[in-house]
Amino acid sequence: MNPWELAQARPGAAFTVTFDGRPVEALPGQTVAAALWAAGVTSWRSTRGAGRPRGVFCGIGVCFDCLVTVNDRANQRACLVPVRPGDVIRTQEGTGRDDD
Amino acid sequence: MVGAACALYAARTGLDVRVVDRGPVAGGTTGAGEGNLLVSDKEPGPELELALLSARLWAELAGELGASVEYEPKGGVVVASTSGTLDALTDFAAGQRAAGVTAEPVDAAGLRELEPHLAPGMAGGVRYPQDAQVMPALAAAHLIRASGARLHTGRTVTGVLRAADGAVLGVRTDQGDIHAPAVVNAAGTWGGDLAALAGAHLPVLPRRGFVLVTEPLPRMVRHKVYAADYVADVASDSAGLRTSPVVEGTAAGPVLIGATRERVGFDRSLSLRAVRALAAGAIGLFPFLERVSALRTYAGFRPYLPDHLPAIGPDPRVPGLYHACGHEGAGIGLATGTGRLVAQALTGKTPDLDLGPFRPERFEATAPPGTNGDNNR
Amino acid sequence: MTERPHLAVVGAGPAGLAGALAAAARGVRVTLVDAAEQAGGQFYRQPAAALGARRPQALHHQWRTWERLRDGLERHVDAGRVTHLTDHHVWCVEGESGAFAVHALRGPAQEEGVTVRADAVLLATGGYERVLPFPGWTLPGVVTAGGAQAMLKGGLVLPGRTAVVAGTGPLLLPVATGLAAAGARVAALVESADPKALVRRAPVLAAQPGKLAEGAWYSGQLVRHGVRVLPRHTVVEAHGADRLEAVTVAGLDRDGRLRPGTARRIPCDTLAVGHGMLPHTDLAETLGCTLSGTDVRVDGEQRTDVPGVWAAGETTGIGGAALALAEGHIAGRSVAARLHGTTPDPRRWATASRSRTRLREFFAALDAVYTPPADWADRITDDTVVCRCEEVTAEQVRTAVDTLGAGDVRTVKLLTRAGMGWCQGRICGPAVAGLTGCPFTPGRRPFARPVPLGVLAALPEQETD
Repeated sequence: MNPWELAQARPGAAFTVTFDGRPVEALPGQTVAAALWAAGVTSWRSTRGAGRPRGVFCGIGVCFDCLVTVNDRANQRACLVPVRPGDVIRTQEGTGRDDD
Repeated sequence: MVGAACALYAARTGLDVRVVDRGPVAGGTTGAGEGNLLVSDKEPGPELELALLSARLWAELAGELGASVEYEPKGGVVVASTSGTLDALTDFAAGQRAAGVTAEPVDAAGLRELEPHLAPGMAGGVRYPQDAQVMPALAAAHLIRASGARLHTGRTVTGVLRAADGAVLGVRTDQGDIHAPAVVNAAGTWGGDLAALAGAHLPVLPRRGFVLVTEPLPRMVRHKVYAADYVADVASDSAGLRTSPVVEGTAAGPVLIGATRERVGFDRSLSLRAVRALAAGAIGLFPFLERVSALRTYAGFRPYLPDHLPAIGPDPRVPGLYHACGHEGAGIGLATGTGRLVAQALTGKTPDLDLGPFRPERFEATAPPGTNGDNNR
Repeated sequence: MTERPHLAVVGAGPAGLAGALAAAARGVRVTLVDAAEQAGGQFYRQPAAALGARRPQALHHQWRTWERLRDGLERHVDAGRVTHLTDHHVWCVEGESGAFAVHALRGPAQEEGVTVRADAVLLATGGYERVLPFPGWTLPGVVTAGGAQAMLKGGLVLPGRTAVVAGTGPLLLPVATGLAAAGARVAALVESADPKALVRRAPVLAAQPGKLAEGAWYSGQLVRHGVRVLPRHTVVEAHGADRLEAVTVAGLDRDGRLRPGTARRIPCDTLAVGHGMLPHTDLAETLGCTLSGTDVRVDGEQRTDVPGVWAAGETTGIGGAALALAEGHIAGRSVAARLHGTTPDPRRWATASRSRTRLREFFAALDAVYTPPADWADRITDDTVVCRCEEVTAEQVRTAVDTLGAGDVRTVKLLTRAGMGWCQGRICGPAVAGLTGCPFTPGRRPFARPVPLGVLAALPEQETD
């Protein structure tokens, strides 16, 4: 059994996004976090102090642990943002913003 | 903060000091402050002299307390968007230089170098290397700790004990009396109430101010930056430099956006209107902030006296009572100088500055008959 | 049409939906403002439509109730009585009776501001999970119990293959059975309370046969999926370098202290952990509503003490979906009567009122049983990060308390930055209070969520007076 069988889901056609440059399959309707979990990825942020890995914690948009950079926009909550075809998802380092 | 500085300098003269606060450390205006140590916003006069003294003392303390108070001598940059404003700012800075302030004119290209993310098209500005910053709550906590004074938090002063001849004998608190021949009123916004407990009129009033705090960012704002906005058509007597909110990065990451001066006028009750003005002012200086998120906003109560100068020194009406309050939006910056002056007064030394302009009894003429000062809580 | 009084409902979970339906059916124009793409809130969280789930009820309880709510909403929306604003994240409500402005951010990007004006407001903002720290709790693979459930219900995904569900509270049961039913191996359900204590509260339980049956059903599911239940146990530590690899659990004695020699290591790649729920009260507090402890205080009609502001559901006290439905229903009826200038007759909602009373008693009983172990705060090691956003350790908090004189959460925050980060102390608040040795109180947050400065600067003049 898996969640798909349980809910008898028939999602639309899969599409490709990239995570840190490598291709990842995603499904319409998934959040960025769900797509990454489905691909076996559980961390996509490196904290700005100790550089520790983080991913989903609260799963409902409260804790901001799952911040990620999507299409060069930093600080997106992966658990809320829907994944779109062609998204370029990158591990967010620190504040996610460059100092130039 | 002012109380902590008084405790530190008083203790260093050898006095036995106790600090009493009805709340926690930094529970009043200090905890809501940004930690501005500014000389740039002050016109020549007693406040500027106090600011210059305080700036020197802050630098000394920073050397001693290290990084624990997050002291950053980052300097201030005041920018002017038009040539008319720049002329006025340049004149203002010339006056400050004559009073001992380091104020360096900066042209448009120089501004971009100092602040690469500043909005384009600024006419020029002035750099003030003496402007600095501390984290106020840390500063208060560490100064008290360094003073070795005994700290009584959560203890409310309910009365001032006085002898038959009126001299101060200590304070009464909700947890017993504390006897002392001298009492320093560093109650900030509530300083008027404490003065009233001793029967002295001191019209300290609260003025609300707001601070906006952004998400953590890399160092994209390097100095304390604000805009000068000279309004030439205002009647000449009351004309002054109106300033935008101060925008500054912090060691911890967030950018703070806050009003630092009474003339900015963000002092009404908590409302989104004030917050909107802060945001708009900050974006006007740093356009990149438009897409940066504010994580929180908070209000603080600035303690002000009618002439916008603090009350510092002995109160001739109540022997043994000393005041150190009413610093409006500058209490963090002016705390060290105030503490030094109070310590000198307590030990009968000649003060570094003339205390005349700060005399606590200077509002006596306005005291309501038969009342004990203002109780605006 | 336009003369009908206008109610803004914040939150489209059970309480908000029930309130919106009850008010709309009684001549009130309703705008339902909700952060999600679909109505339902956390309890009735639905898989995204594009996932094509034909049997979403497999992930849910009380599907009939949900269908009634969903169909009711659809009817009112079709008839123009309810406007449902999805993907609208409310960050502040301001104003006074007859003239409220609900400020929201639109879309997943949350960069565009929207303001809804209304005569009255129903706050149905729900709750979120409390998690108390332990060494290793920041490792990827450690998620909140509710978070694991939300990702499963909404995204049909699991965080890993082998899960431990731990903490305390009635939420752990559906999370463990849900994960197991969806194919995860649930290695253990670790509950720090002793559910046998519930038996001592038999009269309250007996008044809720539905709840008893629900509990029995979950127990059956646990057995069916071979989930080992460890009552009076707690997670002592989560292990792993950059990802969760195992947890150490240990037994607790009657006083909630660790029993020596009971520690055991359980390999797992997922830990779903939670210690009960907390209400979202930010909007209410900014409006000036009085709180009672952590909950928004309401009267028998679900009115707060600010005229024109009603509240229902978890925001007025954690009590689950059925209670939220009853409270929302009462609130909606009260709003309708009050906005039409009449005094409502409580006898009209006597059924909802009785169920509200019973459920509140029931959850008070649960609350008394499902408490975190006594010395949880002492077991947080010095190097454990307590504030996840600002990476403040337990040692820093203890130093602020022991050597800098901090005795309350606000002062600790000022001295350590705990609670100053992105989540504004929602996650670390209870832990910091515990380490500081003071009771937990909700912090003041004028912005219920981060707001771009551009949105603040663009607020229209008349809406910020």
